[in-house]
Amino acid sequence: MPFIPHTEDDTRAMLAAIGVAAIDDLFDEIPRGLRADALAGMPPALSEMEIARLMHERAARDGTWLNFIGAGAYEHHIPAAVWQIATRGEFYSAYTPYQAEASQGTLQVLYEYQSMMASLTALDVSNASLYDGASALAEAVLMAVRAHKSSRRVLVPRTVHPSWRKVARTIVRNQGIELLEIPFDPGTGATALEALGRFRGSEPAAVVIPQPNFFGVLEPVDELADWAHANGALAIAAVNPTALALLKPPGEWGPQGADIAVGDGQPLGVPLAGGGPYLGFMTCRKDLVRQMPGRIVGATRDRDGRRGYVLTLQAREQHIRRAKATSNICTNQGLMTTAATLYLALLGPAGLAEVARACHANTLALAARLTRIRGVARAFSGAIFHEVVLRLPVPVAPVLRALREHRILGGCDLEQDYPELGHALLVCATETRTGDDIARYGAELERVIGLPPRSAAEPGG
Amino acid sequence: MLIFERSRPGRRGAVRVPVRPGNVAEIPRSQLRARPPGLPEVSELDAVRHYTGLSQRNFSIDTHFYPLGSCTMKYNPRACNALAMLPQFLARHPGAPADTGQGFLACLFELQEMLKSVTGMAQVSLAPMAGAQGEFAGVAMIRAYHDSRGDAARDEILVPDAAHGTNPASAVMCGYRVREIPTDADGNVDVAALGSAVGPRTAGLMLTNPSTLGVFERHIVGIGNIVHGAGGLLYYDGANLNAILGRVKPGDMGFDVIHINLHKTFSTPHGGGGPGAGPVGVTAALAPFLPLPVIGQAGAGFRLLDERDAPLTIGRLGAHLGNAGVLLRAYVYMRMLGAAGMRRVADYSTLNANYLMAELRRAGFQIAFPGRRATHEFVVTLKLLRDKTGVTAMDVAKRLLDKGCHAPTAYFPQLVPESLLIEPTETESKETLDAFVAAMKEILEEARRDPQLVKGAPHATPLGRLDEARAARDLDLTWRPG
Amino acid sequence: MTTPANLKYTRSHEWVRSEADGTVAVGITFHAQEQLGDIVFIQAPEAGRKVKQGEECAVIESVKAAADIYAPVSGEVIAANPEVADSPERVNRDPYAAWLFRLRPSQPAELAGLLDAAAYAKLAESEKR
Repeated sequence: MPFIPHTEDDTRAMLAAIGVAAIDDLFDEIPRGLRADALAGMPPALSEMEIARLMHERAARDGTWLNFIGAGAYEHHIPAAVWQIATRGEFYSAYTPYQAEASQGTLQVLYEYQSMMASLTALDVSNASLYDGASALAEAVLMAVRAHKSSRRVLVPRTVHPSWRKVARTIVRNQGIELLEIPFDPGTGATALEALGRFRGSEPAAVVIPQPNFFGVLEPVDELADWAHANGALAIAAVNPTALALLKPPGEWGPQGADIAVGDGQPLGVPLAGGGPYLGFMTCRKDLVRQMPGRIVGATRDRDGRRGYVLTLQAREQHIRRAKATSNICTNQGLMTTAATLYLALLGPAGLAEVARACHANTLALAARLTRIRGVARAFSGAIFHEVVLRLPVPVAPVLRALREHRILGGCDLEQDYPELGHALLVCATETRTGDDIARYGAELERVIGLPPRSAAEPGG
Repeated sequence: MLIFERSRPGRRGAVRVPVRPGNVAEIPRSQLRARPPGLPEVSELDAVRHYTGLSQRNFSIDTHFYPLGSCTMKYNPRACNALAMLPQFLARHPGAPADTGQGFLACLFELQEMLKSVTGMAQVSLAPMAGAQGEFAGVAMIRAYHDSRGDAARDEILVPDAAHGTNPASAVMCGYRVREIPTDADGNVDVAALGSAVGPRTAGLMLTNPSTLGVFERHIVGIGNIVHGAGGLLYYDGANLNAILGRVKPGDMGFDVIHINLHKTFSTPHGGGGPGAGPVGVTAALAPFLPLPVIGQAGAGFRLLDERDAPLTIGRLGAHLGNAGVLLRAYVYMRMLGAAGMRRVADYSTLNANYLMAELRRAGFQIAFPGRRATHEFVVTLKLLRDKTGVTAMDVAKRLLDKGCHAPTAYFPQLVPESLLIEPTETESKETLDAFVAAMKEILEEARRDPQLVKGAPHATPLGRLDEARAARDLDLTWRPG
Repeated sequence: MTTPANLKYTRSHEWVRSEADGTVAVGITFHAQEQLGDIVFIQAPEAGRKVKQGEECAVIESVKAAADIYAPVSGEVIAANPEVADSPERVNRDPYAAWLFRLRPSQPAELAGLLDAAAYAKLAESEKR
């Protein structure tokens, strides 16, 4: 029997010890009418060899693609050591570290992770992960509303990832929290500071500040954080962790710094994997720590005075505080946190900065190449990090379809989420894209759009 | 030692990326970081040795018996991991269109179908990323259902006092008031109390069956009738589905909404605290409200359904399609077990729990609900031991670590004083269970002979008992240089 | 354990001491701190807040539990005890000295309705398990 070790002798001896004749008797408290017959729709068992064959065939059918999509999930090189170690049974098959003395490995990893994320965002404290960036943003909104006490309104720029905005709405809606949208400047692609005036009287509990924003554009983070504080609101940073190797960290935005930072930790050693599991990170100022959702690890001493680690501040959590908990979260993304810690340790500050610089340079090179194509131009003038919005002379969907014939994933089509941008395409080239990759994309896109290349005399995008 | 304490300025790991000229050309100086982040500077070997060493300071299923009640710590087959990590699956971008991932989507679609089969529900969404998110989605669907009927007066969710803390917390996140229902002496929901609690304000009842007390809720049909009779819906917390897999379907018990913990029943790894996955299942009446995406059929293939297909959806719970890698592992596991294997899970987890309960009773331990069958888990109460020797459930739990067993869940369920909730799972052998009984017997003798030995435990772990009060009073949550 | 005779008590395990200036000090009983275990954090109400009898107005956290503290009588919060905020373990060490906050009662008659030491001692004994 797969994964069940019992021999017939074992089963017999165990039934005798219990004092019943058959396994069926162990279910005698279940009303007869509820007992299920055979499971229609459940296929018969496959051996490991058979399921391996099936999965390899399906994987091969899906194949590999030359990817230029970012939009919240980024293809980065992952050092081999990350998953070799993260999938060691001791990490992979352990539970949440409730028994601290039997879980010092996981607990110390989480403490190191918290330290790394706090430093990366220049904030005081970090939790041990949430589900993903989008749900972390929703939790930050709830946290800010709890901290503010009187306001149930939060300002969210339209430049925040559309899916993140949807998720935040799903999660906070039933608590009567209102999310107000701040428009962006159609010229720069950044949040329109001049539009903030209309929200002055709205007494928001928080302002969300993406960096870089969904368009890849850098936001005026100092001004936005400052505006939030001047209007009695908390500043919630929604940041890309790779970018923070180069960009000013949330804790240093404006004169006071952001109060809470969230983001998706996927770029830190977590494979794209079709959308998950990733990890949401959250850091904040020390005085907000009791409003924070999720598990938190703290250092302490054992009975002999040796340093060790435990889950702490558990009175915030659902297993103790029940209906009054800061969140219902229990299981988080532990193994992804382990991977992120390994990734950051293996890269170090210099390695992470190299990755960030390479992503930035590659995306600029990609933009330069693609805007040589007639009718293709950058949609915004704002400085970017590692993604850029291009305007095409033709509808985006058929272009992407045609590129797929050449096994190129050409980017993220923005026409549905941002119809006001016209034929807009969001592209990304991380450090994993080579000069040849970019050249290949350029050549194929040129062919697909089918217009002659721009002459040197014409102005570029 | 922390990784930061191994750090030396200028030391680099082996992994380098090709550097292009041009660098940070476009980023304004005012946006740049002034000081690099405080990440460690170590060699690849330093990092590998450090984290391998840390792993060895963990108990895990792969290294120890782990009878943690309510957590279903069964063996996580390695094939599930290997096949979910095939390079094409790992490289799949979530924004890649469905036509580039039909193999991947076929697995997820079939997983939905198999979960429908074992739960008896009409439709399933794989979107929730953990059990608690499944609960949130389930309660949000209950709310959406009542709202869609203009039935807005229902503002209460009923929760048994024995429930997991996530139940009331999830109900509150959906904007509900929580009303607790007491438990009777036999571990069942107090049906009379339930009858007087339901009414026009009742949106639903959240129930775990088998309950958190390790017994099957025998009055489930009557409970369903009471709740439905009052216009409420019945929510199934799938935390204990392992006990009845293939034996009883939640749909047949009358549940309208369920969530399933794939990281429990379907053996995906717990990873030191996650990731999990908490798919939700519903009756046909609630299907329009399912969280997105749902995997749908499109001709001979598959696609992700979105808001245009499901305008009444409660919405999205994550940026992409959920914890796909976890879903693939559960898919492989279910295919390897097949229809007959599903029922074997319930059979042998129940056999192991009842055997362990019988043997512990024989060894002198007090069973919390002695008149009841164990399901896949059962509760021991150490109140008498504490009153006689001062040794608490926590002390026994810590002493078990010295004997090479992970501790059972201690102090949950909270209704039982000095409780240990013990769940052996079906993948453990009789020898392992016998060794656990022997260890428990030894501890019982030690508690009588030398209670300080037990109260001072653990002695054999890398660190002794840790001071949790100190950790909470003098918060030290991040390493700082110097 | 003694239950000081000069104090009044609530069913939710607060004690109340009438001060000479007409205010009352509020703390939690020996039994309450024993049930909670090592206390690690106290969130006291802000001075100036008006509370009704039975209203939740403070939270005490231990390592393994959290408990709401209810206003034993209606009134205005005069002060929170900064010493217990800094060292919450004082509540474990000497629960009847470690007051959490002081109130100026607005309905002094409510004081008469609280439990006396004998009645509270009986209640606490019945709740032990």
